[in-house]
Amino acid sequence: MGRQAARMNVNGKSYARVIDARLTLADFLRHEINLTGTHVGCEHGVCGACTVLVDGRTARSCLMFAVQANGCEVTTVEGLTPEGKLSVLQQAFIDNHGLQCGFCTPGMLITLTELLRDTPDPSEQEVREALTGNLCRCTGYAGIVAAALDAARRLRDADKQETT
Amino acid sequence: MGAKHFGARVTRLEDPALLAGRGRFVDDVKLPGALHACFVRSPHAHAKLVSIDSKVALIMPGVHAVITAADLPDSMRTRRLPLLLPNPALATTKTQHPLARDEVCYVGQAVAVVIADTRYIAEDAAAAMIVQYDVLPAISDCRTAAEDNAPHVHGDLSSNVAASFRMAYGDTDAAFADAAHVFTEGLWQHRGGGMAMETRAVLASHDPASDLLTVWSGTQTPHLGRQALADLLDRDLQSIRMIAPDVGGGFGPKAIFYPEEAVIPAAALKVARPVKWIEDRREHFLCATQERDQYWEMSIAVDDDAQILGVRGRMLHDTGAYVPWGIVMPYIASTTVPGPYVVPAYQLDTTVMLTNKVPTTPVRGAGRPQAVFAMERLLDRVARELNIDRTEVRRRNLIQPEQMPYEVGLLFRDGKPLVYDSGDYPRVQEKALELADYDGFRERRRAALDEGRFIGIGIANYVEGTGLGPFEGVTVRVLASGKIVVATGATNQGQGTRTTLSQIIAEQTGCRLDDIVMTIGDTGAIAQGVGAFASRQAVNAGSSALVAGQAVRKQLVALAARTLDVPESEIDLDDGQATSRRGNKPSIGFGDLARLAQGIPGVSLPAGQAAGLEHTAYYTPSQAAYCSGTHVVEVQVDAMTGGVKILRYTVAHDAGRVINPLIVDGQVQGGVAHGIGNALLEWMQYDANAQPLTTSFADYMLPMATDVPTCAIAHVEIVNPLNPLGVKGAGEGGTIPAPAAIISAIEDALTPFGVHFAETPLTPERIVAAMRAAGAYERLFAA
Repeated sequence: MGRQAARMNVNGKSYARVIDARLTLADFLRHEINLTGTHVGCEHGVCGACTVLVDGRTARSCLMFAVQANGCEVTTVEGLTPEGKLSVLQQAFIDNHGLQCGFCTPGMLITLTELLRDTPDPSEQEVREALTGNLCRCTGYAGIVAAALDAARRLRDADKQETT
Repeated sequence: MGAKHFGARVTRLEDPALLAGRGRFVDDVKLPGALHACFVRSPHAHAKLVSIDSKVALIMPGVHAVITAADLPDSMRTRRLPLLLPNPALATTKTQHPLARDEVCYVGQAVAVVIADTRYIAEDAAAAMIVQYDVLPAISDCRTAAEDNAPHVHGDLSSNVAASFRMAYGDTDAAFADAAHVFTEGLWQHRGGGMAMETRAVLASHDPASDLLTVWSGTQTPHLGRQALADLLDRDLQSIRMIAPDVGGGFGPKAIFYPEEAVIPAAALKVARPVKWIEDRREHFLCATQERDQYWEMSIAVDDDAQILGVRGRMLHDTGAYVPWGIVMPYIASTTVPGPYVVPAYQLDTTVMLTNKVPTTPVRGAGRPQAVFAMERLLDRVARELNIDRTEVRRRNLIQPEQMPYEVGLLFRDGKPLVYDSGDYPRVQEKALELADYDGFRERRRAALDEGRFIGIGIANYVEGTGLGPFEGVTVRVLASGKIVVATGATNQGQGTRTTLSQIIAEQTGCRLDDIVMTIGDTGAIAQGVGAFASRQAVNAGSSALVAGQAVRKQLVALAARTLDVPESEIDLDDGQATSRRGNKPSIGFGDLARLAQGIPGVSLPAGQAAGLEHTAYYTPSQAAYCSGTHVVEVQVDAMTGGVKILRYTVAHDAGRVINPLIVDGQVQGGVAHGIGNALLEWMQYDANAQPLTTSFADYMLPMATDVPTCAIAHVEIVNPLNPLGVKGAGEGGTIPAPAAIISAIEDALTPFGVHFAETPLTPERIVAAMRAAGAYERLFAA
């Protein structure tokens, strides 16, 4: 089996490993460097549980080989906030009951982190469309959508306070 | 204290860890030296297993073992998996062997398992296994299974009938003979899988020093699983510990005991290393149990005022190749049909057919959505034929609150007469109609038609037997640290069990929510347990939490009163402290009280003081708890494409007293999403040879964020008189009437074309086909 060197920055920390060329990025994150927050729900790129940011853009870590992330900046759910704290979005998930079993949640958070970064004032429809790449079987999405809109509001308010 | 916790919108204790990526699901548990498993599965729906050749697989680097049925421990080799729910109507009690021995009866049945250093290597080696089969004819459709010359699903069974039974009361013949009107509907209903986002998962590790076999499984029922495994391995219960850590959704299919839960522990014993198996999604489609096809032929007899005189019919149920949960879904379906209505005479003849497909077991709703669909379709038909509003037909037939408790006349699956404990069905329906602005719909429809849009409204009612026994347990123990340790056999796949039980215990004991340390789903923590199914945990575990909390409260008060030298009536418990109301209000912390209750080595405890501050309660409900509800849904149908958009969704329901509205709303909303999937999307398809055709989320569609609106939800809290909390189950009511309401709304939207529907899922192509058959497009284009 072909082995290759891979070096990447994950959540601000540099990792260098010699790995099987066929190792998926999801398995690398979960089992090589023990960041088990990223989940694998379908292994064919539909459910979105494995979504991470690669160089700032969402990617399915189950459909990427780890070696393809060579030289990239990867952000997982563990890297959304400094340890022990919750982001505005994560707190909004608690307040709006945006999760039940929590398995799809890391992917949801990553997708919405990208959305709120690029679209600070999304409509409900924009939130729902952004979430079509992430399946949730528990919540019926209502709490997730509410959390996203609530977080967007809180982030905009914080922004306003900062600029005034 | 009051409603500080119970009944309050308490945010969940589960959330912070899950949001930070610090959840601990089975695949997150890392054990040193763990090996990885890949199963070799039958590619045929029915075949004789001729030979298994492992030679090539075994010489591949990194492969440690290949295990076939012949390699299993003696105790496991010949035995079958447990039949969890026997029923005298069963013609066969066949469950599968952990690994197939000489015959495979569905695609995906486990034949062997490869154990290797990594899952990647195990998959390579599984592909290198040479298994020879003699392919046999397979049964794919439960209707052909019933034909005279049909091939047999199992070589050693001469019939494909798994069970047939009649559920009946009253004189249906007389009811139908005298009826002014009789209407008949033929229905096809399909449900599909649980499709939890976390697939199944098993990790097993044997410690030779203690001879303890520890099994982590993504299961809803670890205590039942431990018993099944103990039986298969001839081990004592205490030498097995089964743990369901964080579990990523259950929805029913994780409530049974699976072959992999037997084989992975056996493999770990054999290779003397921990072994992990994580199901992939394709395996989940092939091997995780589902609900599937039912064919109903139902008739209703009514008088000129649409008063129901009788309901009767036949139902054919596809149970798959084995019966691990007996006939629980068709049984529940056949007892759910009368629902919230006065049905003077009822008769249903059910035939359960074996097919060469993965077994069916309950999925959220467990046969009830189908029964509700059957009844509600009949009532819609009555409304249409007699030209009476659909809500009025229902109103005229609803059981009235003064008729409670209402005895239906059947025996429910809990073994007790089907007696609705409490409820106010007319009020719940009124509440839903009001919240949905049913009266304003006529105007909304007129406005939509002016814009060329076809919108419709649908309604459905249900009653659900929840909170089934036999029991669930909760232990509450106060530690010297002041922490409250709680253990329960109840499990958590996202229902917020930790939060709701903590609310009850904090309310009773006066401890801080933050001080509760709860162990859930671990057989090492509490002696007996049952698990999650039948919307049973709030009733069973909730009541146990109440009883155990009350007992510990008594202990705390008695000890504090003795210590502070005041009467018990003068002690308040709050914020983890016992405080005297007298004098300068001295207080003592729960931790100090726990230390006192431990006594001093060698010194007798004071009279009346038991050892430690703790209590274990196993609440045993006397019968099921019957919740009810009404769904009202408004849809827009694209007449050209058959696309359905849900515009508004309204739920009014009675789940008894609500422990946490945040969580109950979430259960309802999530349940509705599941029901939308069943109504419009989810269809597990097989070809004529019983080969699965939909084995990815590209082929089998789950509802997305754009498919599920945010529901308007009203709680009508009618206290259940039969348990101390006054609660009823709330986990499945969101799903149960959804397909009935949605199909009704679609039919209503297409009223101008006179099309009718009698099936779920109702896909766009079926809607277009019905429109075409009705000549709708000629009329549309002529207009």
